[in-house]
Amino acid sequence: MKTRTIDLAIIGGGPAGLAAAVRAYELGLRDIIVFERDNRLGGILPQCIHNGFGLHYFGEELTGPEFVFRFIDKIKKYNIETQLNTMVIEVNKNHELITVNAYEGIVKYKSKAIIFAVGCRERTRSAIQIPGSRPAGIYTAGTAQRMINIEGYLPGKEIVILGSGDVGLIMARRFTLEGAKVKAVLEIMKYPGGLARNVSQCLEDFDIPLLLQHTIVNIEGKDRVKSVTIAKVDDSWNPIPNTEQKISCDTVILSVGLIPENELASQANVEINHATGGAFVNEWMETNAPGIFECGNALAVFDLVDYVVQNAERAAEGAYKYIHNEIPSQKIKVTHDETIRFVIPNRVSGNHSNRFYLRVTKPMENVILEIPEISLKVRYEHVTPSEMISIKLRDRIIQRTENKLTFKIIKQEE
Amino acid sequence: MKKKSFNCILCPLSCRIKVILDNNTIKSIKGYKCPRGKEYIIQEITNPVRILTTTIRLVDSKQKLVSVKTDKPIPKNLLLDAMNYLAQIEVRPPIEIGQILVENLLDTGANIIATTKIER
Repeated sequence: MKTRTIDLAIIGGGPAGLAAAVRAYELGLRDIIVFERDNRLGGILPQCIHNGFGLHYFGEELTGPEFVFRFIDKIKKYNIETQLNTMVIEVNKNHELITVNAYEGIVKYKSKAIIFAVGCRERTRSAIQIPGSRPAGIYTAGTAQRMINIEGYLPGKEIVILGSGDVGLIMARRFTLEGAKVKAVLEIMKYPGGLARNVSQCLEDFDIPLLLQHTIVNIEGKDRVKSVTIAKVDDSWNPIPNTEQKISCDTVILSVGLIPENELASQANVEINHATGGAFVNEWMETNAPGIFECGNALAVFDLVDYVVQNAERAAEGAYKYIHNEIPSQKIKVTHDETIRFVIPNRVSGNHSNRFYLRVTKPMENVILEIPEISLKVRYEHVTPSEMISIKLRDRIIQRTENKLTFKIIKQEE
Repeated sequence: MKKKSFNCILCPLSCRIKVILDNNTIKSIKGYKCPRGKEYIIQEITNPVRILTTTIRLVDSKQKLVSVKTDKPIPKNLLLDAMNYLAQIEVRPPIEIGQILVENLLDTGANIIATTKIER
């Protein structure tokens, strides 16, 4: 087996992997390889033709292809090595990677540092176990997006969308613009899963009904989907008897959540946080496995690619520091109470300023985000699980504590 | 007096903006975090506009479609007409990002520009 030694292996050629590679190069690392299993760079962004990307990072509004092209352009300019059509099939804690592709066969790499930027997967019908027959016409939102925006096929004409995550909302508009009829978007929760701006410009603009606290209880049809039976659900998401109704349709689109992909990381003994589905990381996005970093949607499903790119750059800085033995002790533990689902990162040093990303457990109005150990209070008019909070804390603020930061949301009296 | 609440669509912050209207004249606007939010609301009440993002068919290319957008917002009620018009258009590579593919779309003053680079 051919064996190569490199400085930095980046697994995944989407926005996280590309941003990490560009940053690592700009810091001075040269022996970098980006491994990508698809036949082109860019990850999911080339099919996200809608706009809204880049406002935080570039200060202008871009479409997905435009956003990611800026990074692909730099990868080419810096001549950073990329291996397309290449699967990383094994990674271990000794920083050894096994890759396979059709040109070189199986190759073994030994890398000083590794960054996982492998993204996430869509939850499927079998993951949520919708009863009924198994006809053609059931797609995840991302698959439908690829068919419409890249392959040039319209997957169906009468559509029911299950789940109001951002991809589902964006696809409701896309189907409508392309001439299909979106009959309804169903959401099992009491509030929409996606950003408010997407509910407004993707559904309300086209009078597409959003049915909150509803789900599909059966799919009917032999060769092709003919209809779905929907029902109201109670607060524990159980269908309420006698609320069923049938909607005729030829296509069901599932937008029911994304799951960080961590099978490879687990092989390398990376410890997974069940609240995010990604690794526990320190302020340099380093996992519990020394020299192994994680960023982007593999770490947690981020609302904005701008956040993905921010923490990917941080991971690249971490990899650079790790190689130069400069990562300070991460003595401050980051925790939260039950008002918050997760906070990233999970450990910090206090020597550096840090950006924290967190998601609340339920929607609330007029609240205070409090970190008692450093007497910090920040007021928010409105918080919701579908909108991630990003907050930057300066090093001298973090230094007010020796060992712990506890994030909590407190309801403010009017 | 009528109270109306909007979600700003200009960026993912989705600011919740509250407006007080008196016979379609704006009495107060609150809740925006940047000046664009205020402009958006005024526009939304008087003449709602949207950037259209879609695709155009390619010929003589290994790829089927090139992704495109309007280079400025067009009236919301013209979105479907614009889609029908663009369904008739075919373009050839090479195409650069930002290249104008359709000028003055439906007399809106907006051009359709490519958002993907397509090599020959």
